[in-house]
Amino acid sequence: MRYLPLNSEDRSEMLARIGVDSIDALFSSIPEANRLSRDLDLPLRRSEMETQRLLAAMAAKNMPAGSAPFFIGAGAYKHHIPASVDHLIQRSEFLTSYTPYQPEISQGTLQAIFEFQTQVAALTAMDVANASMYDGSTATMEAVLMAHRVTKRRKAVLSGGLHPHYAEVVRTVSKMTDNDALSLPPDVFAAEDLAAEVDEETSCVVVQTPDAFGNLRDLSALAAACKEHGALLIAVFTEAISLGLVKPPGAMGADIVVGEGQSIGNGLNFGGPYVGLFATRQKYLRQMPGRLCGETVDADGRRGFVLTLSTREQHIKRDKATSSICTNAGLCCLAFTMHLTLLGEAGLRQLARVNHANAVDLAGRFAQIYGVEVLNRSFFNEFTVRVPGPAAEIVEHLAQKGILGGVPASRLWPGEDLDDLMIVASSEINTDEDRAAFASALRGIA
Amino acid sequence: MSNLRYTKDHEYIRLEPDGAVVGITDFAQSQLGDVVFVELPVVGAVLAEGAEAAVVESVKAASGVNAPASGEVIGVNSALEEKPALVNEEPNGSGWFFKLKLSDPSELDALMDEEAYEAFVKTIA
Amino acid sequence: MNRPEHPISSAGTGRPRSFTSNRGLCQEEGLIFEIGRPDVSGVDIDEPAPFEMRLGGLEREEPIGLPGLSEPEAMRHYVRLSQKNYSIDAGLYPLGSCTMKHNPRLNESMARLPGFGDIHPLQPESTVAGALELIAELSRWLMEMTGMPAVAMSPKAGAHGEACGMMAIKAAIAARGESATRRIVLVPESAHGTNPASAALVGFATRTVPCGPDGRVDLAALKSLLGPDVAAIMLTNPNTCGLFESDIVAIAEAMHAVGAYFYCDGANFNAIVGKTRPGDLGVDAMHINLHKTFSTPHGGGGPGAGPVVLSARLAPFAPVPFLREGESGLRLVEHVEADSQSFGRMAAFHGQMGMFVRALSYMMSHGADGLRQASEDAVLSANYIRASLSDLMTQPFGDQPCMHEVLFDDAWLKPTGLSTLDFAKAMIDEGYHPMTIYFPLVAHGAMLIEPTESESKASLDLFIATLRDLAFSAFDGAFDRFVGAPYHAPRRRLDETRAARNPILKWSAPTQDV
Repeated sequence: MRYLPLNSEDRSEMLARIGVDSIDALFSSIPEANRLSRDLDLPLRRSEMETQRLLAAMAAKNMPAGSAPFFIGAGAYKHHIPASVDHLIQRSEFLTSYTPYQPEISQGTLQAIFEFQTQVAALTAMDVANASMYDGSTATMEAVLMAHRVTKRRKAVLSGGLHPHYAEVVRTVSKMTDNDALSLPPDVFAAEDLAAEVDEETSCVVVQTPDAFGNLRDLSALAAACKEHGALLIAVFTEAISLGLVKPPGAMGADIVVGEGQSIGNGLNFGGPYVGLFATRQKYLRQMPGRLCGETVDADGRRGFVLTLSTREQHIKRDKATSSICTNAGLCCLAFTMHLTLLGEAGLRQLARVNHANAVDLAGRFAQIYGVEVLNRSFFNEFTVRVPGPAAEIVEHLAQKGILGGVPASRLWPGEDLDDLMIVASSEINTDEDRAAFASALRGIA
Repeated sequence: MSNLRYTKDHEYIRLEPDGAVVGITDFAQSQLGDVVFVELPVVGAVLAEGAEAAVVESVKAASGVNAPASGEVIGVNSALEEKPALVNEEPNGSGWFFKLKLSDPSELDALMDEEAYEAFVKTIA
Repeated sequence: MNRPEHPISSAGTGRPRSFTSNRGLCQEEGLIFEIGRPDVSGVDIDEPAPFEMRLGGLEREEPIGLPGLSEPEAMRHYVRLSQKNYSIDAGLYPLGSCTMKHNPRLNESMARLPGFGDIHPLQPESTVAGALELIAELSRWLMEMTGMPAVAMSPKAGAHGEACGMMAIKAAIAARGESATRRIVLVPESAHGTNPASAALVGFATRTVPCGPDGRVDLAALKSLLGPDVAAIMLTNPNTCGLFESDIVAIAEAMHAVGAYFYCDGANFNAIVGKTRPGDLGVDAMHINLHKTFSTPHGGGGPGAGPVVLSARLAPFAPVPFLREGESGLRLVEHVEADSQSFGRMAAFHGQMGMFVRALSYMMSHGADGLRQASEDAVLSANYIRASLSDLMTQPFGDQPCMHEVLFDDAWLKPTGLSTLDFAKAMIDEGYHPMTIYFPLVAHGAMLIEPTESESKASLDLFIATLRDLAFSAFDGAFDRFVGAPYHAPRRRLDETRAARNPILKWSAPTQDV
């Protein structure tokens, strides 16, 4: 077997050194009756070539985003990732290292995390950011639990513009812990009055911008209302590129900012692995979940980095920890920081402008199609359109015509009477031809 | 009789004219290592004997500091928030944690005196 | 405070000082905030055609504060950083409980096939049939290896899998109408910290089960804790002392007899693949760390993936999404259906697909025979290390065969005055990543060594010889080799106290001194 260096001669010598005559003797602590007495009912070993052939055949049954004009978003976005990013994250020293528990021989990972934390704090306009969470949805759940710890209250108010998967993750954990999670109905037009829901029992309000329908929201008034009642404002985003062009949550009074970082540096991967971003105010630092990397010096006085404030974490505080999370999103976090470093301030701003420009162009084309209506007053690179007929069928039709054209709202909010809505994203990857093809196909169907 | 008493969790309590001062013992700080963070109770909190009143953390450990006897918190050593190292440097002096107005001073009778505590430490060291 | 680099002191080293702070191939590297500039970019993006903004007046006006690097600068920055990391590709990585095995590169290339890496989680299902097939196939392998009838694929990591299993248990208890009374989860003292933390996350209270003199759960003590208030036990098997819990069937029966569930932490599954199956032993739920047993890369701390296999009793409570085999093929069930007992959703989308591809690629490469051989080799290698060091180093529970990892304590080091930490740091100078230290808590000054099946005999022999040499050095009182170590790493020992007392968690521009 190509991955196993020991041969039968090695094995015999090793057994002799150990002083047993068979490998089974080493498994003697498993009672005889509990051992598997047959072979696993699975195929035998395969060569690299055979394995590759079988997996490639499975992959060939899928329609890659890059093979078609592509306009799907709703929490995961296709962007161009510089070739150097994938090359760099595959370096052995990044790919095959563990959590930086021995900082003297992990400075590469640690410095990259320190840079990542600084970038995320800057992007969100917050004081501190952690070394990342699993993804945006679990980061949101963790933010709600953190707000409960800070406020010692138990009720979260979830905006109807919050990605429904995120809301469901919060509701699942709330149900388990007997906390309240009040979900407002789907809010297509960003018209809900969240401030009116905040009272003295409210721990936090969770609101997304750009929201799940693409609307941009000014959080300033809501932040004031939260402050007045002693509740925390949790701002969520699923499209990190938007922060290059849109006013950041930290500048609008958010107490905790969480989001999905996939769109910077990370591919679609059918939904994972992604990277959750988590930032907050300095005063809440000790209630934060997740790893933190901090600056210090070594015995020779040279600058270096370590994991710090670990007493918050599960390996020390166990059942009293701020979270059960053990890992961060390692390589995905690394890809994020690399891509953002390549972009830089100027590049990110320009990329965000191109995204917005492309979405504005697409919305303009849709506005000219009879029966199709763009519902957003404001948006970044994603918006919602009303189509004549069930959006799920239209999306299927489009796919048959070779266009991956959007997400039917009914897939995210079933049973909420949103069947004729479709959420559409356009990023820098779309050419004029792509957008023209989409508009023309939609005109043909609608 | 001395005005110092000790718990099995390595807190000391020292009776002073204006209240009972609580901290962790020299043995406790040496076991913990460099103290990096201290969380203190709020003044006015009423604590039952044995209730967790404060938290003391080193790089690799976090441990609760309990009220050795019941009472109301009438003062805290906020210098520790800026300089937690005081717990290591002077655990019995400037590294104190909080001050209690005892509700039942007779509870102290159940605690160890200096000699008993020293013997106790020898059994676990 | 951000400190500029300054030359390393050459005092006492007998070597000339370095002007750059570099030492040959070991190059110092500043932060991107020190070497980058906001107007530089490594990505070319054209100016869009004139258009009218539709941001609703919410444009970002203030500078963000992000430096940029051109591509050559970025390559150099990250390559230099990478060279300060230890990695499995560079050397033996004996971190106990972490299973640092070889990461086959076939897996990486398979995960990057556009048909897997470049598909959106919300594409029409008709365009992702192959992705659903892959998830179903991986599920089949996991269920057969564990002997369990169901698997929840969405948990994002081991700890997330633990939370998944505990949520399924909580939902099952609620369905029996016992939520108010059944609130205790038993956790052995040797458990990973994630176990009690996950139980607490789901709203359970935890109680500790003591460990017996042989390093295994004390069955009598466990039974004395059982009652109608107990929801579950969370037990790692093989446990964190590297030992198989031989009483596992009795433990499962005792739990079931009082109406409680058996959660098994599958972190150490690499020891037993093809040798025994948790499902045949009475386990109700177990997470599988695809990044341990099934070789998906650890990546400096993630991403992980933690599918959870479930018994028939817990399967109805599994989270969404899951796959259902229908007349028209596989379908994704993304929402809790009206008549369903599913406890809900744990994360957006469908799980760590990128990790699924890698894990399946590993499994298909090994096959049933290779998987069992890998487990046998992992156990053989750990025992080889045990047998080769047991005359020098002490084991907390006596010299007995271990599974895939061997646990030593610090009793043997005591007379030398050195600590486990000193010994570990000296290993760094010898070119090794230290073993897991100070875990599990049941062993004083624990050193937990897991070589995995990926090491050749020559590699194991050199590792053993190195540890023996270090041990003799310690016995001989060669203090300097330990207390100042590491000397040869990119950094000497770092001041963790300073980092925690005055946390500096991001770069800030140096203030001008007056």
